[in-house]
Amino acid sequence: MSELLRTPLFELHRELGAKLVPFAGYELPLHYPDGILAEHRWCRDKAALFDVSHMGQIVVRGADVAAALERLVPGDIRGLAPGRARYTLFTDDGGGILDDLIVTNGGDHLTLVVNAACKREDIAHLRGHLEPVCRVEELDDRALLALQGPAAATVLARLAPECVGLRFMQAAELELAGLRCRVSRTGYTGEDGFEISVPADRAAKLARTLLAAEEVRPAGLGARDSLRLEAGLCLYGHDIDRTTSPVEAGLAWTVAKRRREEGGFPGAARILRELREGPARRLVGLRPEGRAPAREGTEIVADGTVVGRVTSGGFGPSVGGPIAMGYVAAAHSSPDTPVLLRIRGREEPARIVSLPFVPHRYAR
Amino acid sequence: MTTYYTKDHEWIRIEGSTATVGVSEHAQEQLGDVVYVELPEVGRAVRAGEQVAIVESVKAASEVYSPVSGKIVAANQALADNPGLVNEDAEGAAWFFKIELADPVELANLMNAEAYREYLATLS
Repeated sequence: MSELLRTPLFELHRELGAKLVPFAGYELPLHYPDGILAEHRWCRDKAALFDVSHMGQIVVRGADVAAALERLVPGDIRGLAPGRARYTLFTDDGGGILDDLIVTNGGDHLTLVVNAACKREDIAHLRGHLEPVCRVEELDDRALLALQGPAAATVLARLAPECVGLRFMQAAELELAGLRCRVSRTGYTGEDGFEISVPADRAAKLARTLLAAEEVRPAGLGARDSLRLEAGLCLYGHDIDRTTSPVEAGLAWTVAKRRREEGGFPGAARILRELREGPARRLVGLRPEGRAPAREGTEIVADGTVVGRVTSGGFGPSVGGPIAMGYVAAAHSSPDTPVLLRIRGREEPARIVSLPFVPHRYAR
Repeated sequence: MTTYYTKDHEWIRIEGSTATVGVSEHAQEQLGDVVYVELPEVGRAVRAGEQVAIVESVKAASEVYSPVSGKIVAANQALADNPGLVNEDAEGAAWFFKIELADPVELANLMNAEAYREYLATLS
């Protein structure tokens, strides 16, 4: 395996006492001395600062760039107004998911934020389909910070009062502590919050400024995962991948009305058919009745047969018990359906529940 | 009362012909916040090195092995009800089970506190 990459905040993580682990080719904090549970709760109560600089930041420019990107995603990109952001998916010809991403209309260009583990393939995919008419550029000289939690807006407003004017899924170029940053009101925790794209060489300074606020504490990948799981948000490579379709994954809402009528995105045949007829299986929430967490790969059993598998599972700190997501055959996917989870050879009772486990608190 | 340790980071405290078993302070630190423990059934006969319990933190699940052979005579229900005890008092209140020793000679295979400290130093 090649050398692990470090983000511009690596020294700060060390200084803060982070437990560093390999993740998607990067050495990143799993947690800080407070631990995952405390970091999770702090994010739900106050504000947590995450280093998400490993994620890919890409700019695409060119004539009709929105129409060009629509050839690769089922979302409405042409209808995305300047300063607006949208969650969408790169799909493949079989209707599987190549990656999930946030697209922001930056006026004369689009900004894409993609998963770290997929960014090489995503960039090649974009270049292969959009160049030379459009130009695809990776912003590898920028860090990405996520400030998440109910106090995030209060804290950020001290640096840039305009940030409170942004609503959920809106973005703007703002000056933060003398730095020109791209700020969007987005996140991966289910809480209100912001993601801040900042020049790499100034990222640690901005992070220190944010951490100096009494409401803000650092949080690592562990809390990021339990927060997103409680919020029912998919993790690429686990809950969604090339073998799962947007409709199966509960992401039919990302297939825009106009795109359903017009088609013209990879995998449209399967995706439109599943929209009409329903998918064979669905991603659902699972709530074990006992205390044992059901981890990824756990078999889901109903009527004596395996009807699906857990794709993400663990302990939900705000739920106060085990939670999981997984795919089950459509016939067993209604909320309140009883199922069994095969955990270490035992069959533990669980119920299908609707997602999210913890209500979203976005600033809509 | 003597406490021994295993390379898998269990501790075992000997009191006459029975012993109390749990996971070490080092194991607790490595695990992080513990959210679930699964304990053996009282009356079960186990062999040294056999997996008898599970401890799960927010990070992952780990197996707990019996350091000795014998019969399980008690399991700590207070721990099952409050798995976070492992983080508060790993080598005290958070004991996992008590076992009646089948063969005290097996204790010779275990490390005392000093040997365990030296073993930990080789891990870091």
